[in-house]
Amino acid sequence: MTTKFFGEPVRRREDARLIIGQGRYLDDIGSGAYAAAFVRSPYAHARVLDIDVSAAMDVEGLLAIYTYEDLTGPLAEPLPVLIPHPQLTAPRTGYPLVKDVAQHVGEPIVMVVATDRYIAEDAAGLIEVSYEELPVVVGVDAAEAAEHTVHDDVPDNIAARHHQETGDVEAALAASAHTLSFTQYFERSASMPMEGKGVHARWDDADSSLRVYSSTQASTSVRAAIAAKLELSMEKVEVIAPDVGGGFGVKIVHPWPEELLVPMAARRLGHEVKWTEDRREHFISSAHERQQRQEITVGYDDDGRITALDVLVWHDNGAYTPYGIIVPINTATQLCGPYDIPVYRARVNSVYTNTVIVTPYRGAGRPQGTFAMERTMDRIAQALGIDRALVRERNLIQPDQFPYDWGLTFQDGRPLIYDSGDYPAMMAKLKVLVDWDGFAERRAAAEARGKLLGIGMAPYVEGTGPGPYEGAHVQVLGSGKVLVSTGLTSQGQGHETVFAQLAAAELGVPMEDVVVTTGDTRRFGYAVGTFASRAAVVSGNAVALAARGVKEKALRIAAEVLEADPADLEIDEGLVQVKGTPGASIPLRTVAVLSNPLRYAFDEAARQATQFSGPGDDSKPPVAVGDAPGLEHTDYYSPLRSTFASGAHAVVVEIDPATWEIQIEQYAVVHDCGTIINPMIVEGQVHGGVAQGVGGALYERMAYDRDGQLTNASFMDFLMPYASEVPDVDIDHQSTPSPLNELGIKGAGEAGVIPGSAAIASAIEDAVGRRIAAMPISPTELYDLVRSDAERVTNSSPHDSGAMA
Amino acid sequence: MKPAPFGYADPTSVDEALDVLTSEGEGAKVLAGGQSLLPLLSMRLAAPSTLVDINRVPGLDQISAGPDGVRVGALVRHAQLLASSEAAGVQPLLGRATANVAHPAIRNRGTTVGSIAHADPSGEMTAVLALTDGSVTVATPEGRETIGWGDFFLGPLETSVHGPAVVLDAFFPALPERSGTAFAEIARRKGDYAVCGAGVVVTLDADRRVSSARAAYLSVGLVPEVHDLTDAVVGQPVDTADWTAAGELARGLVDPDGDLHASADYRRLLVATLTARTLADAGAEAARRTA
Repeated sequence: MTTKFFGEPVRRREDARLIIGQGRYLDDIGSGAYAAAFVRSPYAHARVLDIDVSAAMDVEGLLAIYTYEDLTGPLAEPLPVLIPHPQLTAPRTGYPLVKDVAQHVGEPIVMVVATDRYIAEDAAGLIEVSYEELPVVVGVDAAEAAEHTVHDDVPDNIAARHHQETGDVEAALAASAHTLSFTQYFERSASMPMEGKGVHARWDDADSSLRVYSSTQASTSVRAAIAAKLELSMEKVEVIAPDVGGGFGVKIVHPWPEELLVPMAARRLGHEVKWTEDRREHFISSAHERQQRQEITVGYDDDGRITALDVLVWHDNGAYTPYGIIVPINTATQLCGPYDIPVYRARVNSVYTNTVIVTPYRGAGRPQGTFAMERTMDRIAQALGIDRALVRERNLIQPDQFPYDWGLTFQDGRPLIYDSGDYPAMMAKLKVLVDWDGFAERRAAAEARGKLLGIGMAPYVEGTGPGPYEGAHVQVLGSGKVLVSTGLTSQGQGHETVFAQLAAAELGVPMEDVVVTTGDTRRFGYAVGTFASRAAVVSGNAVALAARGVKEKALRIAAEVLEADPADLEIDEGLVQVKGTPGASIPLRTVAVLSNPLRYAFDEAARQATQFSGPGDDSKPPVAVGDAPGLEHTDYYSPLRSTFASGAHAVVVEIDPATWEIQIEQYAVVHDCGTIINPMIVEGQVHGGVAQGVGGALYERMAYDRDGQLTNASFMDFLMPYASEVPDVDIDHQSTPSPLNELGIKGAGEAGVIPGSAAIASAIEDAVGRRIAAMPISPTELYDLVRSDAERVTNSSPHDSGAMA
Repeated sequence: MKPAPFGYADPTSVDEALDVLTSEGEGAKVLAGGQSLLPLLSMRLAAPSTLVDINRVPGLDQISAGPDGVRVGALVRHAQLLASSEAAGVQPLLGRATANVAHPAIRNRGTTVGSIAHADPSGEMTAVLALTDGSVTVATPEGRETIGWGDFFLGPLETSVHGPAVVLDAFFPALPERSGTAFAEIARRKGDYAVCGAGVVVTLDADRRVSSARAAYLSVGLVPEVHDLTDAVVGQPVDTADWTAAGELARGLVDPDGDLHASADYRRLLVATLTARTLADAGAEAARRTA
């Protein structure tokens, strides 16, 4: 498919609105709403003994106080395990309000509703909760030791043992010429959208219906959850995701307690109720990700070709497992990246700790997997004295090996089969982009300035666009306006732009005629959600199919009017015309009018479609059997399985040995997401991902102390990089279209974040000559490292290891 | 993150402000730029009974630079001081340090005197007040009083001023002749509170030999610290002075704490590095001014 829209760097239509403050975010809605605030557990693990609300009752403006005792029916049951899995043998979830034992600092215990948020917080501050403190488990090591338990009935703290293998790894390791074993750590970070969560609910008593706005990545599923938990029929609940100020994964989790409690309160109080999460609440009561301990054993031959890889991961899932084991599965199945590894075993033990829950954050287990794989590659190169790029190249899956079937099961329950790619070409592009082979000169020049320069690289493969499905509705109005709606939500990715590009391209209309609505259950009821780099792949194809359906109908109707064969018609700039016959045409908007035979004319356009407007065929009904009025079509795309995007990053860091500050001198990205709808948006996604990758590698961590207190729960001490810390990014694209969908699209949303920590660790290690076995790393930690007895590391340059053995 | 209830007064004179502070007692707090106070209120880490907003008091927004030094009024914003070439001409440290204060939005609102009165040992201007041997003028119902920096700063976020009082201005003495200054800091992110910062003054004799080298540090102690490093470099020709030795001397003089962002050892390393670097710059400037 080639038109002037598809593949063009069309400027984002949503930006003007969002940038000048005309976005409509959750907190912009319901200025007259009552406000909710929560009393949250100040302890990481404590039994609630008593809740004394008496002092709060006198606060003027207080409307309601709810505790677990006030919850009824399904609301009083544990929150759902959203994604069950046979290997998740001990799933646990909390209650909307703590029933008995709080399992992490921040878990909600009491909900307060008042006339405004100030008063709600005043009242919350007067509620006295007495606790019995219980022993606290923080970190994977403590969880594994199981000296104390998070949940009484899970004595080993293990929620799931995820296990996949492609062969007899122990035999393959025993037969390997060389083996290496090592352990490394990866720290917690979080999605940290600029807008936290938020819920606004309005109950219509006369209609017994509920309208909920939520800052969510999955409005259709929030709707289903609210209906189930509040015992309402689905048609009485509508859920709308307004403008959402970032998600990055944390808002795919649902229902959050507040998504149930705010509607509950609105219904009980007969008044709008709103809760807007503040930053501290977001730190201590939403979700984090990424902490793992990785025990890796690799077997390889004299040339550095891997013969076997065995990985045991201890994965911190926090206090509960509402989102199942998606993150562990991603680590296990995406770890091998672009490499052809003959025998592979992954075991992930997902463990409970008394900390905020762990659910997918952009990358979702892949940054950790890539860290495991790429640090392994560096160690093999160092052990053999071979250039790090060369070791990687020797292990790459070759273009003729696609489809490459791993014999593993991916996170969507479907076989893990790489559909397409060209990893050798990608690596070749990367080496040129970063001048890998010319690095020795740059290093020498930096040394002359008293600086340590290092280079690192890390490729990855990312499964994107999982099913089960997405749908789209496309409708042409009599005004010529084209409405596109998806149940899938947006959090700033640019869906308003790319879905309009797709619809405009398919239909042959100007982009400015297309209006896109996402995540509004009033407009489209079926959807899965925005996660796993799937919107462009799954919804994108659905939009194209729906637009195509509209086009077919338009051509059929126009063909009757123009007395032509539909096959001879085309639509260009909103005009249906006979190919090669100027003048024989009808505007698409007129076709839309004609598509809906009317009895009543209410304007000039409608007059054309009334019963007496022209000669009809009296032998046929006005609407043919099997047809429907209106120029609209709904269609769905359900992918056979995920499609696999890929990329490779290279980083040059400069380190000042007088301060151990780490400066990124160059950040190079080669990126392959198949066919690109809008290169500007793809590059924006890469930039944002790189920013989060840099944050995770050099700045961010969740600093839990031994008592389970998050000691840096503010933007003063949780160091998200500013623009001043994010490097410029050199990008080169490669396109290996996916054979799995007609548009050839692979996902692009998460890619930029995945290899950041792996590549940056490699570069720092290269600069300072000391083993990096944990990320992130800060200047003070680097100073400690170079003064420690950490293993000394020497990398070979391309020029002294280029010859094949 | 909403403040607890508080009263609000917006006096239009210093006397009126003092009246309100007197009648409200210990629970009243002076509000100037609000860049530190308002977040504390929102996080309910502070809950004053009344905020006494001095932004409508006339005459407090003046910078006056004279031969003796620079007087900065209580409502002078960081950005205003940063832009003042008169102030920089008399005491170059003012502009150099202010450029390191947070980000432009905060500099537009936050006040220099407010940050001194807040007495945060990671504040740039507390260090500069100490390094220049400056003072503050405090208005109380009893009258006006000048307090030297050493008597003013008692501990983190703690000053010697108690009871009803408004800090009216801060006075930064002029840079002595044949002297140069420099200021540098290292923060985890640009504009963050410094992990460590250093301001220095180097003074030469008529033969361009070092006669004095003094440094003040941010984020290394409970109050601003000034250390005299002259012994390491005294009498050395400025062009070949051993600034590294001065840095090592400083490293041994400080006794910082560790925190989430920097260990004590790392802070000592930064003290040594920043001291040597800033002294070299200040020495070069002093040499230019000793033509």
